Amino acid sequence: MSGVTVFGSFAAAAIGLGLYGLITNPRPLRKIIAFNLVGSGVFLLFGIVGRRGTAAGVGNDPVPQALVITGIVVAFSATALAIALLLRLFQTGGPLTLGSRAPPGPRSDPSGD
Amino acid sequence: MLPPASALATTTSGFLLVLSIAIPVAGILLAFTLGDRYVRQVALAVVPLGLAIAGAILLAVPQGGGLIVYLLGAWSPPLGVALRADGLSAVMLATTAIVICVVAVFATTDFRPASDARTSFAFWILLLAVWAALNMIFVGGDLFTLYVALELLTFAAVPLVSLDGRAETLQAALRYLVFALLGSVLYLLGAALLYGFYGTLDMVLMSRVVSAQPGVLIAVALMTIGLLAKTALFPLHLWLPSAHAGAPAAASAILSGLVVKGSFFILLRLWFDVIPGLPSFAAAQFLAALGTGAIVIGSVVALRQERLKLLVAYSTLAQIGYLFLMFPLAVNAVGQLETGQALAAGLLQTISHATAKAAMFLAVGSIYTELGHDRITGLGGAARVLPLSVLTFAVGGLALMGVQPSGAAFAKELLLQEAMRTGQWWWAAVLHAGGMFTTAYVLLVLAFALAPSDQPIAPIQTALPRRDLAALALATCSLLLGLVPWEPYLPISHDVMPKLFSRDGLAKLLLSVLGGATLAILLNPWRHPLAASSGWKAMGKVLEPLRRICFRFGDLVDKADSILRQWAAAGISLLLLGLALAVLMFAAN
Repeated sequence: MSGVTVFGSFAAAAIGLGLYGLITNPRPLRKIIAFNLVGSGVFLLFGIVGRRGTAAGVGNDPVPQALVITGIVVAFSATALAIALLLRLFQTGGPLTLGSRAPPGPRSDPSGD
Repeated sequence: MLPPASALATTTSGFLLVLSIAIPVAGILLAFTLGDRYVRQVALAVVPLGLAIAGAILLAVPQGGGLIVYLLGAWSPPLGVALRADGLSAVMLATTAIVICVVAVFATTDFRPASDARTSFAFWILLLAVWAALNMIFVGGDLFTLYVALELLTFAAVPLVSLDGRAETLQAALRYLVFALLGSVLYLLGAALLYGFYGTLDMVLMSRVVSAQPGVLIAVALMTIGLLAKTALFPLHLWLPSAHAGAPAAASAILSGLVVKGSFFILLRLWFDVIPGLPSFAAAQFLAALGTGAIVIGSVVALRQERLKLLVAYSTLAQIGYLFLMFPLAVNAVGQLETGQALAAGLLQTISHATAKAAMFLAVGSIYTELGHDRITGLGGAARVLPLSVLTFAVGGLALMGVQPSGAAFAKELLLQEAMRTGQWWWAAVLHAGGMFTTAYVLLVLAFALAPSDQPIAPIQTALPRRDLAALALATCSLLLGLVPWEPYLPISHDVMPKLFSRDGLAKLLLSVLGGATLAILLNPWRHPLAASSGWKAMGKVLEPLRRICFRFGDLVDKADSILRQWAAAGISLLLLGLALAVLMFAAN
């Protein structure tokens, strides 16, 4: 079994686990962590894609590395934004789940009709 | 669509593409430097500049033979990054510029520094950020640039949802963000696989070498469902109603009119530019079937809403479904997608929805600020107190319904022609049904707004004509889109125009108005003020059993919608859709 296959399987496992967590776990923080797990899997895959060039004798392909760096920055910003929203939600005392009850309309007025 | 030979060298007016991205970004940086006292002035200075650049690109594209290219740093693909604009990009850039311009005029009164410095600062910065990201999507030439642009768009759009900082809108924003991230990571996964196969992410280079290997088909399926999750195509719409209805009016207009079109545009690029050579008849039918689901579910739920803003948000859901009907109609005799009239019609529909829906959200925002609520049943007499807002809603609604010569009517006529030509009559039926549903919810709102009111309404705020006039201008734009000469940008044959105004075209309009009125009466659960009149009562008696069945049906649809908007259901349907798409593409190849 070559290194590419081993790392490929690990990437697939990370993506699969992350997807499972992202879909089934109701807690926002765990969803954010699961998203990062999927992201890590994808970055690992990018790394392997670059590594495959070595077999053809051209050394390591630099483009996937550049893409991974960019991808990590994007994932980092996404996580920061999500955590900031979550903290703000926590401060306002809102419900800390992402379930969808009745969607919020503009502020309701109590008078009714 | 992209002529491959000339697509790999910078053309003379290529720098315009860089400017279209750089100008809004420069505006953001300048606003951060000058601080929140000048943010509005900076934004208002950048907006006309951006509009001028979009106009210049619109002029430059036909002169450059339908394509302008800029290679960043003169590095050619696959190592470098190319920016390209063809007719589709030019049209989308111009539409975005116009909508942003109108929203900026509308928002000058809402978001002034005096009211709430932080919210106002955030709004103007985010407005420019959304613009920069959208322009990058429209001119991006490789799949990774598009990924970065897509993420920038999400990061700019999510805070727009929660501008007012209430717990519900924060929750809506977080739900939107997490689901959008799921979508984009799937897109990135697909892009990584494609890079592994072909060693390039440039769309033109890839379209030359792409072939129907299993791995490629899986990558395309992954990218497609990722983009569908971001576009909120049924059944992946869990985030859309709460996010679009909870945001402030100006933000909703951008989110609903423009932001969902970003990911849709990338989907068009992927299917029509990168993999047009792969037979995709079954997959295209599948996408349009999901679109049909969106039209039915979105419209029925919209008709049962009590709040106007939610009705408009659910109407967006239905209209997104309508956009996907172009896919099967663009399939040619050998089962491959071709860039012909169907694509042009789909793009026209996109533009027409962008302008009309943005105007409608702005009108609803005015109604909400001035009445202090947006209950549909409480709208009676609104037409007398707020004539301009109701008129804007009506004009936007008429444009969306497809009254001649609106863009929607034009697009529908083109799609119907394609459906007849390719013998896919079932999509013609869906197109007619979609028109009826759209008419139903527009007529419903107008029926309540035009009804007389028994108690006098006191607006809590005085009307601001400048805001309403800007929104009205946008709605009028949408209503006149059919008269614009599209030929330099979109492949549209000349013989559609006369057909649009023929007796046939008017008959189709009449059909959708009558059908829409019936649907509105049958599916809406609220009592209209005129329902007590005697003529109405007689009709009510006849319709009563039918109405009861329709209520049952509506309840069922409501329940289905709330189940689909659960996380587990949405996630599982996301994976199932990906699987189904991959299987359908395997079967076809």
